Amino acid sequence: MKILVGIKRVVDYNVRVRVRSDGSGVETDGVKMSINPFDEIALEEALRIKEAGNAEEVIVASIGDAACEQQLRTGLAMGADRAIRVDHTGLLQPLSVAKAFLGLAEREEPGLVILGKQAIDDDNNQTGQMLAALWGRPQATFASKIVLDGGSATVTREVDAGLETIAVDLPAVITTDLRLNEPRFVKLPDIMKAKRKPLDVVPIDDLGAKRDELAGHDLAYGSFAPPPKRERGIMVEDTAALVAELKNRGLL
Amino acid sequence: MSKILIIAEHDGDTLNPGTAKAVSCAKAITESAGGDIDILVLGDNIADVASQAAAIDGVATVHATSAAHLAAPLAANWAAEIAAAAEGYSHVLAPSSTFGKDVLPRAAALLGVNMVSDIASVDGERSFKRPVYAGNAIAEVSVPDGDTVVATARTASWPAATEGGNATINERPAETEDAGHTRYVGLESGGGDRPDLQTARIVLSGGRAFGSAENFEQLYTVADKLKAGVGASRAAVDAGYVPNDMQVGQTGKIIAPELYMAFGISGAIQHITGIKDAGTIVAVNKDADAPIFEIADIGLVADLFKVLPELEQQLG
Repeated sequence: MKILVGIKRVVDYNVRVRVRSDGSGVETDGVKMSINPFDEIALEEALRIKEAGNAEEVIVASIGDAACEQQLRTGLAMGADRAIRVDHTGLLQPLSVAKAFLGLAEREEPGLVILGKQAIDDDNNQTGQMLAALWGRPQATFASKIVLDGGSATVTREVDAGLETIAVDLPAVITTDLRLNEPRFVKLPDIMKAKRKPLDVVPIDDLGAKRDELAGHDLAYGSFAPPPKRERGIMVEDTAALVAELKNRGLL
Repeated sequence: MSKILIIAEHDGDTLNPGTAKAVSCAKAITESAGGDIDILVLGDNIADVASQAAAIDGVATVHATSAAHLAAPLAANWAAEIAAAAEGYSHVLAPSSTFGKDVLPRAAALLGVNMVSDIASVDGERSFKRPVYAGNAIAEVSVPDGDTVVATARTASWPAATEGGNATINERPAETEDAGHTRYVGLESGGGDRPDLQTARIVLSGGRAFGSAENFEQLYTVADKLKAGVGASRAAVDAGYVPNDMQVGQTGKIIAPELYMAFGISGAIQHITGIKDAGTIVAVNKDADAPIFEIADIGLVADLFKVLPELEQQLG
């Protein structure tokens, strides 16, 4: 079985994000970019499944210009066998991303597609579910445990009410939550090895994700604004004063 | 004129308050555009849930569809039924809970449209504001004419619509069948008596300053007195003091309690993005220069190992 893992290049989660003064978006020039943290968890899980003998190949794929090859190389250094960059310039909305991944799924015929539950830039949390719908396959979102059993997977999902377990026939789309695993650190020799691993570039139009098919369905993003600022409040002297202040504000 | 269909979230017996929050979002849309608000209740034997939905103020019709394959909210089955029921509606809304986030994008893709996640405010019939970058920016977004508006309403942004409605209940037969490839196994509900981080009114969080899992016990003791949820910074999770599911922050849980009390947390940007919608933020830290004091409503420079026992005593 092959496992296809999606990787998105996003602003690193430790960066203090700032809205551009003209409201056109957030500042990304000169900002550290990384693999979306949830996608890193997706890749780690795919690698563990392969290491346990339940998959033969792990493929990492990303959509973007040449810059995202940096994140794909990191994925290869973590242990993915090969990488695919779907060539496209500019931002894509989840339905288009799902269509491109549908094209990859039809080409590669993976037994599992694992994606992060959401990207930490647009925070949409949609792509995996949309891919599963277009592909006509099961989905298991917010996965915190995956147990493979022949042609199916038993997935524990982190839902608001607790931990839900569902069983899905493969192929399936799984999206990862934070608790699933802790991604490994990349070692220097692996970075060197990753340089020799295959990285293919596929034009997005070859994947049935033609922009004209989706034309008119993109949401229009207007201006971006910083959220209302939290101001520095008051300081209290001791625990008694803290309790008094909280009682005074009706919070205790 | 809008015609809005809201997907009810429920556990088979009780309607989840998220549904009434989505109704408030829908009311903001009909306020600007005029129109009707209906609710779709899917499940098996859901007469009770349908009457709870019908009691929400402002709802015109509740469509109730009972079928064995809809008993559990499996996205594969529910999304297909939602897409079928969406015919004739201009908007399909659900709460931005794990339920809405699981089911609705699948329905949107079946309808061939993009979807708006986490509507925080309404600017017009098809124009909204939503947080991106974990709330570090608020984006204006609008849905193209002709497309069904499929969206989740951000539960932290909308109050629950009140009761007092008397909607018509319409028994609606299922139009779809079991997808067959997805099976519900079970639900293990969140452990213990301590309230869930996402819904707790008060949350107490601890950072690396606790130094050990044993020391973290002191926080639980105070939290239990306050009936508070307990969270932690990424540093405390990474140090192994608490499990991952307690992590508050951009990659952990994003929470909005009325009162958030941070003990021994420095206030890394990652953590702050997870709590910026909290009502009141209290910071207790030995380091007077800790960045969390920049955003705290009430700050106390002190050793948490001194403050926690004092709190326990003073809270009686």
